Amino acid sequence: MAAAPDKSRKPPRSAKHPADTMDRDELLKAYTSMLLIRRFEEKAGQLYGMGLIAGFCHLYIGQEAVVVGMQHAIDTGDQVITSYRDHGHMLACGMDPKGVMAELTGRSGGYSKGKGGSMHMFSKEKGFFGGHGIVGAQVSLGTGLGFSNWYRETDRVSLTYFGEGASNQGQVYESFNLANLMKLPVVFIIENNRYAMGTSVERASASRDLSLNGVPWGMPSLSVDGMDVQAVKAAGDEAVAHCRSGKGPFLLEMKTYRYRGHSMSDPAKYRTREEVQKMRAEHDSLDAAKAKLLELGLDEAELKKIDDGLKARVQEAAEFAQSSPEPERGELYTDVLVGS
Amino acid sequence: MVDILMPALSPTMTEGKLAKWLKKPGDEIKSGDVIAEIETDKATMEIEAVDEGTMQEILVEEGTEGVAVNTIIGRMGGDEVQAPAPKAEAEAPKTEAVPAKAEEAAAEAPAKPAAKSEAPAAPAPAVEPEYGETKPTTVREALREAMSLEMRADKDVFLMGEEVAQYQGAYKISQGMLDEFGPRRVIDTPITEHGFTGMAVGAAMNGLKPIVEFMTFNFAMQAIDQIINSASKTLYMSGGQMGAQIVFRGPNGAAARVGAQHSQCYASWYAHCPGLKVVAPWSAADAKGLLRAAIRDPNPVIFLENEILYGHSSECPISDDFILPIGKAKVEREGTDVTIIAFSIMVDLALKAAETLESQGISAEVINLRTIRPLDIDTIVESVKKTSRVVSVEEGWPFAGIGSEIIATVVEHCFDWLDAPPVRVAGVDVPMPYAANLEKLALPQPGWVVDAVKKLF
Repeated sequence: MAAAPDKSRKPPRSAKHPADTMDRDELLKAYTSMLLIRRFEEKAGQLYGMGLIAGFCHLYIGQEAVVVGMQHAIDTGDQVITSYRDHGHMLACGMDPKGVMAELTGRSGGYSKGKGGSMHMFSKEKGFFGGHGIVGAQVSLGTGLGFSNWYRETDRVSLTYFGEGASNQGQVYESFNLANLMKLPVVFIIENNRYAMGTSVERASASRDLSLNGVPWGMPSLSVDGMDVQAVKAAGDEAVAHCRSGKGPFLLEMKTYRYRGHSMSDPAKYRTREEVQKMRAEHDSLDAAKAKLLELGLDEAELKKIDDGLKARVQEAAEFAQSSPEPERGELYTDVLVGS
Repeated sequence: MVDILMPALSPTMTEGKLAKWLKKPGDEIKSGDVIAEIETDKATMEIEAVDEGTMQEILVEEGTEGVAVNTIIGRMGGDEVQAPAPKAEAEAPKTEAVPAKAEEAAAEAPAKPAAKSEAPAAPAPAVEPEYGETKPTTVREALREAMSLEMRADKDVFLMGEEVAQYQGAYKISQGMLDEFGPRRVIDTPITEHGFTGMAVGAAMNGLKPIVEFMTFNFAMQAIDQIINSASKTLYMSGGQMGAQIVFRGPNGAAARVGAQHSQCYASWYAHCPGLKVVAPWSAADAKGLLRAAIRDPNPVIFLENEILYGHSSECPISDDFILPIGKAKVEREGTDVTIIAFSIMVDLALKAAETLESQGISAEVINLRTIRPLDIDTIVESVKKTSRVVSVEEGWPFAGIGSEIIATVVEHCFDWLDAPPVRVAGVDVPMPYAANLEKLALPQPGWVVDAVKKLF
């Protein structure tokens, strides 16, 4: 028995590649943020190789346009929460590379005094709510950030990021249901980088178009070229405006790609070197933004100067991360409970 | 003639109010007709006729309170052809079938229309004069009062959970709160523990102070990742920047005849984890004073209630300033020969055992833990140094239970004072059976405590 189609549940649209949603200054700013993330992550990879960073370390290289484009769509006071692949999000939120890198090396100068590590950093001041190591858990938490905006009747918005792998978790759909039921201001952002660790999206999701995953709840959504920072920003603007106006949540599927392994210890045998090279060569978000900037009249020398400045900044962060002392022994026992 | 019996309408109902008769003598009754309305402590329910016939007589007038389950409340005449009497007999559940506190819930089924049946005499908490004037209050009222007082004082505090708002609470704890605080602060959630718990923790990370009601703690297992990994660890992982001021509350442990998946004590599960506080009230004063403290505490607090205790009444301080410290146990009964340590409904058991022991010449001190984590080691040690013997009592399973922790603590702190090896009384190490007799065998009884104590002499 075929039910009449529910016209209120429109299928999501694919974001058109918007011509230019950023002017020269904004694009330059975005490019700079993306490049900072890339240089930072390259350095983190290096330090990991040197044994200065341990444990899990998930690099964001390749996906920079997603978080930077989205950050350009929000304002101070909005919230950001993500999974364990979080260094890029923190830098995009304006957190200090020194504090992030020092957390990676487990030093007292790190954002969590060395007690959180790569996957667990926070900054209330910058609206960054972590850094969560349990796949999918941040989706319910991010829904709660949206809830707090609803409760306080502000027009703030929660940007809740998760991977396409997490999009198979039950609590993601519990969160979709809650957010749509209560009309909570949450932008759910699937960073579809195609591989959940070693499992490709085709092998993990029966859903062939993840941007349709909000349809049962009538959640509007867009499928976005996540390698194009301007497209991301345009989609982000639409989603954020929707949330701010009190209409409830919005789903964005960002089609992106990570160049490195899932974590530093991943040999990445599940995909070919050619596939990675092709993405880097043909779809790199930084290359695209750079080409556009050159077209807009910036010259190579200016861009090189920016790159040099960022490299120096990252180098400074790396030095701080090595010179900052390890946490005092007494830190073992602090922050277990408030007042402890 | 067919007897109409006072029905049991919930697993823990032992009596109720006959609110209203909808049929009077002489009325025709068809199967499915509503005959009467019954109020339990949780809800107003309608009794529907199963048999057809004519209402003959009313034996318990409407408005009568405290009518025990299985009391004959009226009679109806059936078709002469039917043989209704044996049928009524067959339909009448045995009192044993409703063993909410079967032990003291009147040994025999009331045969006559009892007007006001005697409520089970629960042991009374020791007086705490420092908290001022008191009045008899049920645990249910005390919990509601605690939440309401805190919500009036702090607009960041809100209540969410299944059926807390429009339904007025699955166990009526939040009755009336939707009216007072509105739907933004008393929030019905869908049945989606994992999702709404994560949502509440996220809200707490952004500075709100949620009270999450689990319909029972059994369902919180769906959400335990968010409780442990998100709520309890964020403060540490963030180097103290961000935590979660949040209360997770609801009934814990065995209710009555609800089987294995709905009868489990989670005290030791949560008490195991740093970053959480775990509280388990027994009396109305515990419930009010500790829930207020839990709501104000800047840390995540697991607040383990007990369904059977909800209707129990005891003296509770009336002052709006009354609050109890988390982490402090209470000596409910002083004694010199043995220390019995219990929490939640097991305090009832411990006090009953202490009475029996007294008649046998053994003076037992009873400690009501109130808080499980942080454990009040001082009060325990002080008592054991006095009595030199210790028995722990819990409803949960023995292995790695709270009793194990208590006894390890005693051994570490006052081994030399002990005159006998410590003993644990705990629930039997099996999933909870449904059958009334087996369930009774699985849960600690006062006699178990008495026997355990006697082993020490």
